[in-house]
Amino acid sequence: MEHIRMPKVEHVRLVDRSSSRRTQVGTLYLTATHTIFVGKGSEDRNDLWVLHSLVCNVVKHKASQSGYPLLIICKNFQVIRFIIPQESDCHDVYISLSRLSRPEKYEELYCFSFNPNVDKAEREHSWDFLDLKAEYSRMGLPNKLWHVNPINREYRVCDTYPADLFVPKSVTLPVIVGSSKFRSRGRFPTLSYYCKENHATICRSSQPLSGFSARCLEDEQMLQAIMKSNPGSRFMYVVDTRPKLNAMANRAAGKGYENEDNYCNIKFQFIGIENIHVMRNSQQKLIEVSALHSPSMGEFLTGLENSDWLRHIKSIMEAGLFISKAVAEEGVSVLVHCSDGWDRTAQVCSVASVLLDPYYRTLKGLMVLIEKDWVSFGHMFSHRCGHLIGEAKEVSPVIDQFLECVWQLMEQFPCAFEYNEKFLISIHIHIYSCHYGNFICNSQKERKDLCIKEKAHSVWLHLWEKKLDFMNPLFKPDQSQNQGLLRPSTAPYCFKYWRRLYNRFDRELHPRQSELDCLMTVKEETQKLEEELALYEQVKCQIFNFHLHKVFLFNFSDHVFSAYTSLANTPQDYIGGAPNVFTLQQGERESAELCLFGDQTKSSDADNSDQESGVADFSSHSSGEESLPSEDSVKDPDSDETGPNRA
Amino acid sequence: MEFAELIKTPRVDGVVLRRPFMPTVEGTLCLTGHHLILSSRQDNTEELWLLHANIDSTEKRFVGSLGTIIVKCKDLRVIQLDIPGMEECLNIASSIEALSTLDSVSLMYPFFYRPLFEVIEDGWQSFVPEESFKDLESMTDEWRLSEVNKDFSVCPSYPSLLTVPRDIDDESLCKAASFRHGGRFPVLSYYHKKNGMVIMRAAQPLTGTNGRRCKEDEKLINATLCAGKRGYIIDTRTIAVAQQAKARGGGFEQEANYPQWRRIHKAIERSNVLQDSLIKLVEACNDQSHSMDRWLSKLEASNWQSNVKEILTTACLAAQCIDREGASVLVHGTEGTDSTLQVTSLAQIILDPACRTIRGFEVLIEREWLQAGHPFQQRCAQSAYSNGKLRSEAPVFLLFLDCVWQILRQFPCSFQFNENLLIMLFEHAYASQFGTFLGNCVAERGKLQLSQKTVSLWSWVNRPQELERFLNPLYEPNNLVIWPSVAPQSLLLWEGVFLRWNRSTKCLDEAYQEMVHIIEYNKELQNKVNSLRRQLAQLETEDSPLQTP
Repeated sequence: MEHIRMPKVEHVRLVDRSSSRRTQVGTLYLTATHTIFVGKGSEDRNDLWVLHSLVCNVVKHKASQSGYPLLIICKNFQVIRFIIPQESDCHDVYISLSRLSRPEKYEELYCFSFNPNVDKAEREHSWDFLDLKAEYSRMGLPNKLWHVNPINREYRVCDTYPADLFVPKSVTLPVIVGSSKFRSRGRFPTLSYYCKENHATICRSSQPLSGFSARCLEDEQMLQAIMKSNPGSRFMYVVDTRPKLNAMANRAAGKGYENEDNYCNIKFQFIGIENIHVMRNSQQKLIEVSALHSPSMGEFLTGLENSDWLRHIKSIMEAGLFISKAVAEEGVSVLVHCSDGWDRTAQVCSVASVLLDPYYRTLKGLMVLIEKDWVSFGHMFSHRCGHLIGEAKEVSPVIDQFLECVWQLMEQFPCAFEYNEKFLISIHIHIYSCHYGNFICNSQKERKDLCIKEKAHSVWLHLWEKKLDFMNPLFKPDQSQNQGLLRPSTAPYCFKYWRRLYNRFDRELHPRQSELDCLMTVKEETQKLEEELALYEQVKCQIFNFHLHKVFLFNFSDHVFSAYTSLANTPQDYIGGAPNVFTLQQGERESAELCLFGDQTKSSDADNSDQESGVADFSSHSSGEESLPSEDSVKDPDSDETGPNRA
Repeated sequence: MEFAELIKTPRVDGVVLRRPFMPTVEGTLCLTGHHLILSSRQDNTEELWLLHANIDSTEKRFVGSLGTIIVKCKDLRVIQLDIPGMEECLNIASSIEALSTLDSVSLMYPFFYRPLFEVIEDGWQSFVPEESFKDLESMTDEWRLSEVNKDFSVCPSYPSLLTVPRDIDDESLCKAASFRHGGRFPVLSYYHKKNGMVIMRAAQPLTGTNGRRCKEDEKLINATLCAGKRGYIIDTRTIAVAQQAKARGGGFEQEANYPQWRRIHKAIERSNVLQDSLIKLVEACNDQSHSMDRWLSKLEASNWQSNVKEILTTACLAAQCIDREGASVLVHGTEGTDSTLQVTSLAQIILDPACRTIRGFEVLIEREWLQAGHPFQQRCAQSAYSNGKLRSEAPVFLLFLDCVWQILRQFPCSFQFNENLLIMLFEHAYASQFGTFLGNCVAERGKLQLSQKTVSLWSWVNRPQELERFLNPLYEPNNLVIWPSVAPQSLLLWEGVFLRWNRSTKCLDEAYQEMVHIIEYNKELQNKVNSLRRQLAQLETEDSPLQTP
């Protein structure tokens, strides 16, 4: 609270970049957790809530005629533009927000003050919703070759690893300890995914401290044991996801990669995914492209190319595909590492898992996968997402890239995923919003020390409860091509720009009618019809019985008939055959006085046109409280409106 | 038949056909007057029947005595034929070459094709100008149907019947025609029922360097304006291009002579530039290098998406003037047969819900493209693999279809038809068994006696069995004007055409089938529930005496 210099500013204007007509005047409030804008005079749905922890940057622009512009740039790629009449107010808001959006301590994060109306038991239940033990046993572990080794229970061997780790049964404690000493940060090779059908595994670690010539017997034994735990294979792959040059440079620092001569029966492979700094810059460029105001086609495509973003996505996908093919087609185990084994390694292991196992293409499966490969294995969410003020160089969109790989796969395999795009976007928001405790801190140990489970809530149950919004109506789990390994094409033209993520708040850029929403409505209605049908069949059957036996069951028939007459009394729901599900609501139109005779460049460029429909819809909050409408912005901004768009 | 002498080797055994994403087929290759046929003569394998007219170019390669012919088609597919024997291969190659480049229209397949189906509704008679004029008459009496061009002497590329302002007599029309490129004087293209505004189209005025004017032309277009109202002239060319046209006798409407009109210049490319764009785009799509940078830079360099954006933007502008500004519009470029038609037809799709039905879309193509004199024969003579010297080829119609597809993607529930209809039209515009897209204008089609000697595409499309393939399961009539987004982020590459042969569509087809299934199942349940409800209501009335003892 002490950071709020100015709790309320009036006559603030909220600017919609795509149309000056959508500008709203209202009051800006700063609370301990949110920036709130309440539009004046207009009815409901015009409030804008922005969580401070979702704010990436606050920028003051040069004063304009109408006032002092203030930009709030959010981590979900929303950019909010205010114009504040007084310079001093603008400055106060700027200073307050700058501080509020850069928490110094975990305790300042929203998840610690977020207090939905649930009791302790329910909170604990939310944390129990996902159980990694159950996930490993789903894979078929432990079994006679793999078991949980308690060595890291106290996080002594490796403080960034989870407490429970699967290693080959044949591996002794000294081997584990020896191997961990030979790996960056003690991240020794351990199991990530086990393929029940052919016993091949995906294991992960950090880079070996091999330098130019060092070797470690225990580490070699470790790999040997992993290889032998897959009885069907004669060798294993060791995949270094870094570009060869980077890995070689690491040798000079006493790190590096496995020497094929020292390890028995390994095939070593570089993949060439760039490091976190390259990815950060790449996404920055991509965001700049996505935010261009009416770019030409050439500017957009050149910008997309120069960002290199899709090239990186492609390289991650190719790495995942290589590993999943090794496991599924060759039956060969794979050890994956990068430098520390928590960024590229997490990406590649989880992409491979999605390709390999249909379970990860279900709602719960994807949650488990993120919980396992990312949260438990110590992906540094706090650093990578910039939850706290700190090293800007540690921030990187590593998990964004994983979610995007899944999205790219959904584009290629529309029937293979139980969830839809909205699910991925919701997860993305929650990773950054610090609304729930799941993605706070950098490791399991840190979360335990901070007592996250006692102080905050878990997002997974919350998402599960909203699963109807996240279902893919086209999902066909039984289809043979959705079973087993997905083999995506990695031709360049198969990788597309993810408009829904990067331009989510530019409503005018999206299709005005959504196939997804249509199909979801139809499916929902189909379900109701099925229920009604069952009821009618029942009634019919009873009437027939009644006719046949001439038995008068007063009570019963009363009950049955009342049920069916009450339905029959509401024919407007069903009469007319076709459901009225796609009917368009005509968007509110503004009076269209185009200044065609005025500014010619404007009128002749329809792209620039003012002809927009509808008042800006700010119902999509950037994460709010439980009681607020459509918290966490999963609401599809398009679903409720059709009508004229930018012409 | 004169084809016999062109076919040096009619049949070769042991030919292997290779196509991406399809199993190779070994079989017998046969050449007929109009088809290249490859059959393995086994029951379960697909036969290849390829129209010679579909072949855009061929390449030969030899390894020892095994010859390979790469056949590149106008529908963008590329197939490979491995032919044993050097001589056979050379013979086949030269025969294909000769048969696919026949000059005479009357030798084209449509003149030989006999339908295997019964023609129920003759497509040649389906779209009569008098019919659409009747619709117009029911809304307004400001227009009349003129026969001034009945012998095609006033404007060779126009149809014989034209809708013009009621108060303008035929004599004035002739004078206006002499002031417009190719005699294409302003005629009605679209009447917007909601507010009575119209789109007219024409060719450029022949002002020349000394600023000629024509009172009749001015009177003609002014007659379409309400008192005190202004209109817009959308010139599809940039001002620079329009200026240059003056030197060749063309030009644009001078403000001084058309004070009630405001002129807006847009930048839709000329046909030869568009052809180049298509060639580059298809080259990018076929690039095997697997490099992301290369793909994106080639896509960008092709300018195809920019062309889509520009055409769509111009069409939106025209629609905007009509619907929002309440002003009439005259559209023209140079000749009024290419970009002009793209703009007027797309504007109608945006404005008029009727054009989004199958029938309405057919009417639109018939009226705004075929009757309006888009030179299909010239524009579609060669496609993306044309390596020879180009004459007047250009993917003007394909770009129009691409733009329609973009709108369809953005309004997936507002069209009665689906993507398949658009792809089918693309194929048939370039090579077809039907006569619909032969010739360059109504007059030529009449001379060729197409309606007597060939079958109309519409006769085939409008059969219920065929129509089913083109129906959009999500369609729900939408009476609103639909405004597409023209931002680069919103415009997609039309994969159904450009990546059609470069990828497996199994998963996408499956998704489409599932969508159809979801909707059909829903309808089935609706019907069941309705009929049960009726049954129960009946039973209830029968039972009611019993129930109230």
